Amino acid sequence: MSVPQHLEFFVDPSRCIGCRACVEACTECDTHRGEPMIHLEYIDRGASVQTVPVVCMHCEQPTCAEVCPADAIKRTGDGVVQSARKPRCIACGNCVVACPFGVPELYIDRAIMMKCDMCYDRTSVGKKPMCATVCPSQALYFGTREQISALRPQSMPTNTFRFGEQVIRTRVNVMVPRRPAAPAQIDVTAAMDERPPRRAVRLPVVGDDPDPFAEVEV
Amino acid sequence: MATLPVDDMAITRAFGPHLSPRTRGSGSDEPERLVKTHCCFCGQQCGIQLKVKNNEVIGFEPWEDFPFNRGMLCPKGVKRYLQGSHPDRLLTALVRDPSVESGFRPMSYDAAIERAAREIRRIQDQHGPAAIGLLGGASLTTEKTYLLGKFARVCLKTPYIDYNGRLCMVSAGAANKKAFGIDRTTNPWSDMVGTDVIWVAGSNVAECSPITTNYIWQARELGAKVIVQDPRITPIARTCDLYLPIRPGRDAALFAGVLQLMIENGWIDRDFIEQETVGFEAVAAYCATWPVSRVAEVTGVPERSIRKAAELWGTAKSSFLFHARGIEHHSNGVQNALGTINLVLASGRIGKPKSGYGTIVGQANGQGGREHGQKCDQLPGWRDISNPEHRKYIASVWNIKESDLPGPGVDAYEMFRKIDAGEIKGLISICFNPKVSLPDNQFVTRALEKLDFYVAIDFFLNDTARHADLVLPGSLQEEDEGTVTQVEGRVIKINKAVDCPGEARQDWRVIQDLAKALGRPHGFTFDSPRAIFDELRVASKGGVADYSGITYEKIEQQMGVFWPCPSDDHPGTPRLFEPGSDNPVAKGKGRFYFPDGKARFNVADYRPAVDDASAEYPIFLTTGRVVSQFLSGTQTRRIGPLVKHYPEPRIELHPRLAEKLGIADGAWATAETRRGAITLRAMVVTTIRPDTIFIPYHWPGDKSPNRLTVAAQDPISKIPQYKVCGCRLRPADGPPAYAQEREAQQ
Repeated sequence: MSVPQHLEFFVDPSRCIGCRACVEACTECDTHRGEPMIHLEYIDRGASVQTVPVVCMHCEQPTCAEVCPADAIKRTGDGVVQSARKPRCIACGNCVVACPFGVPELYIDRAIMMKCDMCYDRTSVGKKPMCATVCPSQALYFGTREQISALRPQSMPTNTFRFGEQVIRTRVNVMVPRRPAAPAQIDVTAAMDERPPRRAVRLPVVGDDPDPFAEVEV
Repeated sequence: MATLPVDDMAITRAFGPHLSPRTRGSGSDEPERLVKTHCCFCGQQCGIQLKVKNNEVIGFEPWEDFPFNRGMLCPKGVKRYLQGSHPDRLLTALVRDPSVESGFRPMSYDAAIERAAREIRRIQDQHGPAAIGLLGGASLTTEKTYLLGKFARVCLKTPYIDYNGRLCMVSAGAANKKAFGIDRTTNPWSDMVGTDVIWVAGSNVAECSPITTNYIWQARELGAKVIVQDPRITPIARTCDLYLPIRPGRDAALFAGVLQLMIENGWIDRDFIEQETVGFEAVAAYCATWPVSRVAEVTGVPERSIRKAAELWGTAKSSFLFHARGIEHHSNGVQNALGTINLVLASGRIGKPKSGYGTIVGQANGQGGREHGQKCDQLPGWRDISNPEHRKYIASVWNIKESDLPGPGVDAYEMFRKIDAGEIKGLISICFNPKVSLPDNQFVTRALEKLDFYVAIDFFLNDTARHADLVLPGSLQEEDEGTVTQVEGRVIKINKAVDCPGEARQDWRVIQDLAKALGRPHGFTFDSPRAIFDELRVASKGGVADYSGITYEKIEQQMGVFWPCPSDDHPGTPRLFEPGSDNPVAKGKGRFYFPDGKARFNVADYRPAVDDASAEYPIFLTTGRVVSQFLSGTQTRRIGPLVKHYPEPRIELHPRLAEKLGIADGAWATAETRRGAITLRAMVVTTIRPDTIFIPYHWPGDKSPNRLTVAAQDPISKIPQYKVCGCRLRPADGPPAYAQEREAQQ
C-alpha cells in the first residue's frame, strides 16, 4: 500500500471560499478520532473574505520528524509524512513549534500529536483525500501534473519554500499565479470611487522580494 | 386555537432546536450499504452516497460519478446526514395541550388523522371549502408537490394553495415566462467552461450554491472574465474581474444603462433581434432615458465600471448570465430579471453551447416544485389554472368535472392576509416555516394566532408548527423516494435510505390518509411515489414542462434527464433554444415558446423600492444566507458542526459606518425599521457598502431579521422585497435577553 507517485496534492488558496467543507469532511475519519487535520482560517475577516486552507505539506526532509526526540514521525517511501506513532509519541510538542507551516497539533488530553497524513487510508488504495474530493471550489485538488496544468493554465505548482536559511521541498504543491495576480476586491469603497486607490493585498508571488516564498523553484 | 400553547422557551426546551449529540459519522464502522442519492438542501442537488446501517444513516461517501458535482460537497452536504436519528425528531403525532409543560402531548397517528379530518370538515361545513388553506414547499419531491396541488383542488376543493417558492423562484419564473415562454435555465453548467464572460447578478454563489463556484472559476481559468454585481464582496466577488458595488434595489437601472451603452456602441446582434425577437424598440426607447451619468447616480456604481461592464458584455463572443435572489427579492423583482434577459437577448447569445442564461435556484426542488401545481395559479406541466384548455385536460386526468376544479388562489403572503381577515380559518402546512421566513413576521405570528384550526406536517417542530393544534409526523428526505429537478433543469432521483422512525409517515401517505379520513379518497390511492410520478407524466404531457418521457429507469441510466422530455424515446433537452429546435407552442415557427416562435423583449423599468432608505431610516438593510445554514434553519440549526461554524446572526457593517455610529466589532447593536427592532452583535467588515447593513435570516424570534423586513411584494410575481428596506442602526444599551436564555441556535 502506497500513494502512487504520479498523484499529487495541489493547494490553491486563491480559490478558497472558506466554506469549511474540507474541515467537516476531515472530521468524519476515525484514524484521527474526529479531529479535523486541516486548518482553515480567515486572514483578516475585517479586511477581506480571503481564507486559507492548510494541509500537511509532506516535506522531503520533515522538520517535525527531525526535531522529534522520540522518533515518532515517519516519512513513508511514497513521500507521505505520517502522523505521530502512538507508542512512541511523548507529546512534547517539539514538532508543533518547529513546523514552518504550522501544521501539527498537540492533543494534550490524549497525549499525542496528530496531523494530516494525506488520507493515507484512502490515497493508498487509489482514492482521493476526502478534503480534495469534497472541496466545492477545488482549492484543494488531487491528481496528476498533466491534469492540473490543463485545468489551471494561469497558475503553476511550486513545492520549494524558503524560511530564513531553511529551504524546504514538499510533496504537496501550492499553486502560484504565472503573472502577478490582479488585485483582489477587498474594500467595497474602492469599487465605489471613480478613481480607486492604488492599494491592494497581493498574494505572495514569484519574484516578490523579500517575501519568504520568494525563491520558489518550479 | 393557534396561539402558542405555552411559553416559547418551554417549547424550545422540549423540542429544540437542540444540537445533534453526534457530530460525526462512525468512520470505520462498516455500512451495510451505500445509497446513491442527493443532498437534501439546495438546488444544486449534489450527488452523495449515504452510508446506512441498522436503519440509520451513519455517514456519507462522495459520489464521484455523478456528473454535476463529481463528489464535491459543501459543509451542509457533508454533515446533512446528522439530521437523522436526532433527539428532536418527531416520532408521534402531537396535539396542542397548554396543561403540559412542553405545550404538546403525543397522540396516536390514526387518532390525529381522524381529528384533523374532523376539524377540516367542520370548518368547511360552516364556512365553505375555501376556508381551508394549504401551504407547501419546494424542498419536497415533485411527486409530493404534484400530490399537494391535486389534494387542494380535488380533495379540499379550495383555491388556496401556495408554497414557499413564493419566497424564492417566482420573480425569475415570471420573467422567464414573459421573455421565453418557458421557465428553466437554458444550459447545463458544463457549457459554462470555455465562455468569454460570466455575469453574476445578485448571487452569493460561493455560499449559497458552492459547487457553481468551481464551474465559474474553471471558466475563468480558461479566460472568461467574471462580472459580479452585489452590495457585498462575497467570496465569488473577491477575485472577479469587474465588481459592481450596486446600491440595494437599483438593479433595473443598471441593466437599462448597460443596454443603452451597448446600443450606442453597436454592441448588439441586430440580425437576431430582428429575426427572432419582438419588442426591442420599446426597450431601446426606455433605455435611452438612462444615460450612464444617471445610472451611476442611482445605482452607486461608478460610470467607468458601468462602461466597462457594457464593453465586456457587449463585445463578448460567448457569455453566461446568472442571477439569484439578490435581484429577484424586490418589489421590482420581475423587472430586474427581465432587465438581465434584455441584455442576453440583445447580445443574441442564447441557445448555443457556450452561451446561456440561468437563474440559480435556492431549494432542492426549486425548479420541479414550481412546475406541477402547488403554485396558486398553476396546474401540472406548467399549465395555467385560468386557461380553459388546460383545465379541461387536467380535469380529465384527474377524472373530475372541469367545473369542479377551483380557480386561481392567492400567493402565500396574501393567504396570511386572508387568515388575518378571517377568510381562511383552517391551515395545513408542510415544508414551510413562514414565522421565520416571511417578511414582517410579527404580522405572520398575529395571523397564525387567529386560525381556528392549524395542522402542520413536519419532521421537527419548526417555529411555525408551534402554533399548530395538531402536528403530524412526516418524513425526512432520506426516508422516501421521488424526483426533484435541480438547477440545470435535470430531473434526478432521490432514493430512500431508511424507514421513517416511530409513527412518522412518508408525507404522501399522510396526505392520502387525510383524504381518506375526509371521506374523499378519489384520486388519492397511490401505492408508491412511482405511481404518483406515472400520473404526473400523463398530467404534464403536452404542457411546457413535459415530463411524459421521463422514467425512474431513464433517470438512473442517464444520471438525470433534462426536461422537456416528451416521449419514451426522447433523451431529454439539456440545452434550450438551439437553432432549429421546435416546441409544442411555436409548432415549427421558431425556437422560443410562443406561437410566433420569437423571444420577447420586455420594458424592464426601474421603480424605487417600497420603504426605501430615507432621512428617518437612512441605512439600507439587506438579508441573505451563510454557507453553513439553510433557509429557516429547521434542519441546519440542529446540526452541531454547522451551528459551530456560524452560531448566531451578526450585523455586517462597514468600518466607516461603524465609526460614525460608534459601534465596535463584536459589540451589540440594534437595527430598527418601521416594523420592529432586533439586537445582534456587529461584524465590522470592509466587504459591504458603507450605506448598507446585511443580516442573515436563518434564525427565529428576537434574532430574526424578518422582524425588520417589509412585506412589500412584486406586483407580478408576489415575491417579497427581502433585499432592501430603510433601517436605523445604533449601539445597543446592553445584551438582549435572549443572550442569557437561549442557546445560539435557538
